[in-house]
Amino acid sequence: MTIQRHHDMGGQDAGPVEPTEHDYALWEKKVDAIIRLLNKTDPQLLRVDEMRRGIEELGPGVYDDLNYYERWISSATNILIEKGVLNIDELGAKMAEVEARWQADRDTA
Amino acid sequence: MSDLEFQNGDRVRVHTWYPPGHVRTPYFIRGCNGTVIGCAGVYENPEKLAYGQDAEHRPLYRVQFKQADVWQDYQGPEQDTLVVDIYEHWLEPDT
Amino acid sequence: MSPHDHDHEPHPYQPDIEDAPFTERMVMAQAVEELLIEKGVFTADQMRAQIESVDSRTPAMGAQVIARAWTDPEFKARLLEDVNAATEELGIDAGHIPIRAVENTEDVHNVIVCTLCSCYPRLLIGLPPDWYKSRAYRSRTIKEPRTVLSEFGTELPEDIEVRVHDSTADLRYMVLPRRPDGTDGWDEEALQGLVTRDSMIGVSLPKSPD
Repeated sequence: MTIQRHHDMGGQDAGPVEPTEHDYALWEKKVDAIIRLLNKTDPQLLRVDEMRRGIEELGPGVYDDLNYYERWISSATNILIEKGVLNIDELGAKMAEVEARWQADRDTA
Repeated sequence: MSDLEFQNGDRVRVHTWYPPGHVRTPYFIRGCNGTVIGCAGVYENPEKLAYGQDAEHRPLYRVQFKQADVWQDYQGPEQDTLVVDIYEHWLEPDT
Repeated sequence: MSPHDHDHEPHPYQPDIEDAPFTERMVMAQAVEELLIEKGVFTADQMRAQIESVDSRTPAMGAQVIARAWTDPEFKARLLEDVNAATEELGIDAGHIPIRAVENTEDVHNVIVCTLCSCYPRLLIGLPPDWYKSRAYRSRTIKEPRTVLSEFGTELPEDIEVRVHDSTADLRYMVLPRRPDGTDGWDEEALQGLVTRDSMIGVSLPKSPD
């Protein structure tokens, strides 16, 4: 009996490699920076192994629907909640505030 | 390093283990036979680090496999190989 | 829509926000950044410095290392022994995660992949291209490297060994490509111009002089 987890995809069939590239957006660079800085805190708040494990636990549908840095931030945020570094209520409030601010910027641009 | 279980040139087999959880031994290589070509160093076990636990140090080996031994329908020439970095506890001697 | 007062400077153009709708994860990223700064986990200056550090890592750095290895056999030997130590000689800080250089020869062509996630020697050659992180590259390169390489326009002789390295654990890998023919007497700077990012991943060969 075997279990092959979704992220463990070496040897699976897939279509041609599309040679796509894109310049990284600022938000992506920010996600990258957040994770790297969390790796360097003392005590270390996030290990890359934890983030990888969190990405693997997102589940097949979410894994495929999200892009690379969306998976990073989803995983890291979940782990920070588990560890009590971030609280769900403050995250909820801050995310609503950010969205409202950005929406207002768009509306008045 | 004197307390390594495997030396360069040793034939090894990857365990046919299929646990859940965070492992860094890919599915496709389990049960395959290969040759140790180097020890990449000794590192903290990612299977523990991934869960925020203290981790013991384990040797990491570079193991080379013939493609034809890994894939039933490998299309390329018989000298093609792949190399996977595998932790010691996933390997046993290939006797 | 509220009236907008144009007495102040125009908004700095933020293409992330103004060209495309923002997504839930973009909002999450911004919220997490702000909360972590408010909590003193890190500072805005540290964020800026970290982003700048990553921006400064590009394939050109890797090309410097390769060109030096092509012209200095003793450096090449040190590079193959320990990339992180050897690159310090060129003033490059490749970080503490060990990078291993695998040398292409007339008998062996190396290709790098990370089937489990997308590990890449980013501190030496910059962030990876999208395709390196794609399902197609991660699943197929390990089992049909010659076909994937031909999709990149790279055809390799049948009598050499194609060796695929899956960077599954604590090492990152980069390819030390073969020095192109017809470059005798070239200086390092000229040689750097022949080294492409894709040749350091192994899906392509370096440029040739013509």
